Amino acid sequence: MSLYKAETRRLVKRRFTRWLVIGSLFALAAVAVGTAVTNSKVGPEQIAAAQAEAERYYQESVRYAEQDRLRCEAAKGTPEAGQYPADCGQMYTPSREDYGYQGYMTPTFDFREEFGNMVVTLAAILALAAFVIGASYVGAEWSTGGMMNLLLWRPKRLQVLTTKLLALLVSLAVLTVLTAVAWTGAFALIANLRGSLDSMTSGAWQSFALMELRALGLVLAAGAIGFGIASLGRHTALALGAVVGLLVVFQFGLVTVLSMAEVKFAEAWLLPIWVMAWMSKTVTIEDFNSCNYSADGCRPDQLTLTWPMAGGAMVVAVVLVVGTALWTMRSRDIT
Amino acid sequence: MTAVLEISGLAKTYRSRKGVRRALDGFDMVVEAGQVHGFLGPNGSGKTTTLRTLLGLIKPNGGRMAVLGREVPRHLPEVAGQIGAIVESPQFFPHFTARDTLSLLADAGGVDRHRVVEVLELVGLRDRAGDRVKTYSLGMKQRLAVASALLKNPRLLILDEPANGLDPGGIREMRTLMRNLAESGMTVVLSSHILGEIQLICDSVTIISAGRRVAAGSVADVLAQHKSSSVRVRVEAGVDLLAVAQALRTAGAPTVELEQDYLMVSGVDRPAWITWALAQHNVWVSELAPVEVDLESVFLQLTGTAPVAGENRQVDQTAAAPAALQGGWGQ
Ligand SMILES: Nc1ncnc2c1ncn2[C@@H]1O[C@H](COP(=O)(O)OP(=O)(O)OP(=O)(O)O)[C@@H](O)[C@H]1O
Ligand SMILES: [Mg+2]
Repeated sequence: MSLYKAETRRLVKRRFTRWLVIGSLFALAAVAVGTAVTNSKVGPEQIAAAQAEAERYYQESVRYAEQDRLRCEAAKGTPEAGQYPADCGQMYTPSREDYGYQGYMTPTFDFREEFGNMVVTLAAILALAAFVIGASYVGAEWSTGGMMNLLLWRPKRLQVLTTKLLALLVSLAVLTVLTAVAWTGAFALIANLRGSLDSMTSGAWQSFALMELRALGLVLAAGAIGFGIASLGRHTALALGAVVGLLVVFQFGLVTVLSMAEVKFAEAWLLPIWVMAWMSKTVTIEDFNSCNYSADGCRPDQLTLTWPMAGGAMVVAVVLVVGTALWTMRSRDIT
Repeated sequence: MTAVLEISGLAKTYRSRKGVRRALDGFDMVVEAGQVHGFLGPNGSGKTTTLRTLLGLIKPNGGRMAVLGREVPRHLPEVAGQIGAIVESPQFFPHFTARDTLSLLADAGGVDRHRVVEVLELVGLRDRAGDRVKTYSLGMKQRLAVASALLKNPRLLILDEPANGLDPGGIREMRTLMRNLAESGMTVVLSSHILGEIQLICDSVTIISAGRRVAAGSVADVLAQHKSSSVRVRVEAGVDLLAVAQALRTAGAPTVELEQDYLMVSGVDRPAWITWALAQHNVWVSELAPVEVDLESVFLQLTGTAPVAGENRQVDQTAAAPAALQGGWGQ
């Protein structure tokens, strides 16, 4: 228990942790503020304004069409006639239906429609932060000799490493839960002021709650994987950044090569697709090179990634990385 | 007396892509309770490796070790709370202050945080305790390391080159500190290259060379065992020293070395014999001074690391231990 407390204190005391958390919260705040600014409530005034706007565009376009027609008439018998149809009356004339006022409304924040994307944003930013925090926390311990010092006090290596991991995960969970609550509150407020919450049913709330729970899972998995990799490699965050960069490049390289080789569903090798599958429950990849004839033409082959698949992959990755880190820790020489 | 630390037949082979290196090759060591014990050896002889192995940081390939009567590394968790250690200029997280660093260790080890203030005072860092470790000088980091080792108020204190980077005043303070700690019942194991220092503060020593013990025992014993004492002999000016040396050799002195303006005679039981022998040749002695052997010369002799003019000795050129000195468990 004392070790757990000390490790939590160490984690929270680190400036890197603090700055990264503050930075992430800042990014999230920017998203929320941006959403608030670009959306507005729908009322009779807004509709009237949009209708006026639509009417203005319609009139303008009618004017242009009329000018065009006149030019067409004038060109008759000159070499320029080829640019116009033979019958100038056939030319395009705009209709009122093309200028519906909906297209001229300032956007409004429909909570039910849009909050899902916001949860994905939250999960992505926090997961990235968790990965880097987890990696730098234990990586710095290894590279500065802090781990060795600690082991002189607590020789049970596995206990030390698992306690560190636990301290990390609990701190990340607290951070994620608090942020998610604030996030939900902020967007409910935005919807209230600049959109609507009307379509939210209790089922919809529940579904968002579950989505946030999956976001928590993603954040914890990212933290654990960062922690495991850095502990295995005993390197600092900087070196880790290089590794991550390489992985990203490698991933896109792999996908490029695979799609050149016309391997089916090459996108399935991209990590973000799996994150999307986990967060939004399903992602469907289509193979546009294939064709299944049906009544309404060509249907491409489809591959559906579901959240249990993504969750399973995540668990396997965590177990593999953390397990290897622990196993290596058990017997390695610490010099 | 009881042994606080026993090591027998310890072996450690480092394996790397470049091949294998036998850092420890059947090393033995015994430290009695309440002593200040010097652990000496040339660079690369295996001191740090021994201490790391003892503290469970690296795995030995063979041998037995016991600390405070418990076999390690198996029972290390039980005794770890009573061993304070620094291993080869320990590093600390550079962005924390000394106080934070120590209080985190205290928390992790279940030590009262009052102790942090005490040890900072003890090593002279009280006024700088709020500074980040990054801003410390070498000697200040070393003091912090000693403070971290003292934090537990251990029964066995293991210090690997604690004087590294300390100023003269700091070295003297360290010496007094060691003595005081030993008097309060703590056992101190000290590895150092400053042999004058070791000779002043240690009760006993172990000398290691090429991964094996080459000498052990109380300082006096080691000195007595390993170099017959010498006598510096000066005679009246104007006498041919070469002839005098010759005369002494024929009279039976085992070794006579000719120096600039005096002779070094060693292996003679009674110095007075020299006056007698020279008087036979009508040579009168003007100075007859027994020369104290010091730890340094014994060390250089035992480890075979005395500098030779015109040669650059390489780190691994050391003397291997004579077989007779290889002791067993508990010796
Ligand atoms: N991590 C390692 N990998 C490979 N060889 C090592 C490692 N650590 C030490 N050695 C080798 O083991 C031998 C003993 O090293 P050790 O650090 O124990 O020496 P030491 O007695 O502490 O020397 P010094 O007085 O210079 O501190 C040396 O030859 C060294 O090169
Ligand atoms: Mg060393």
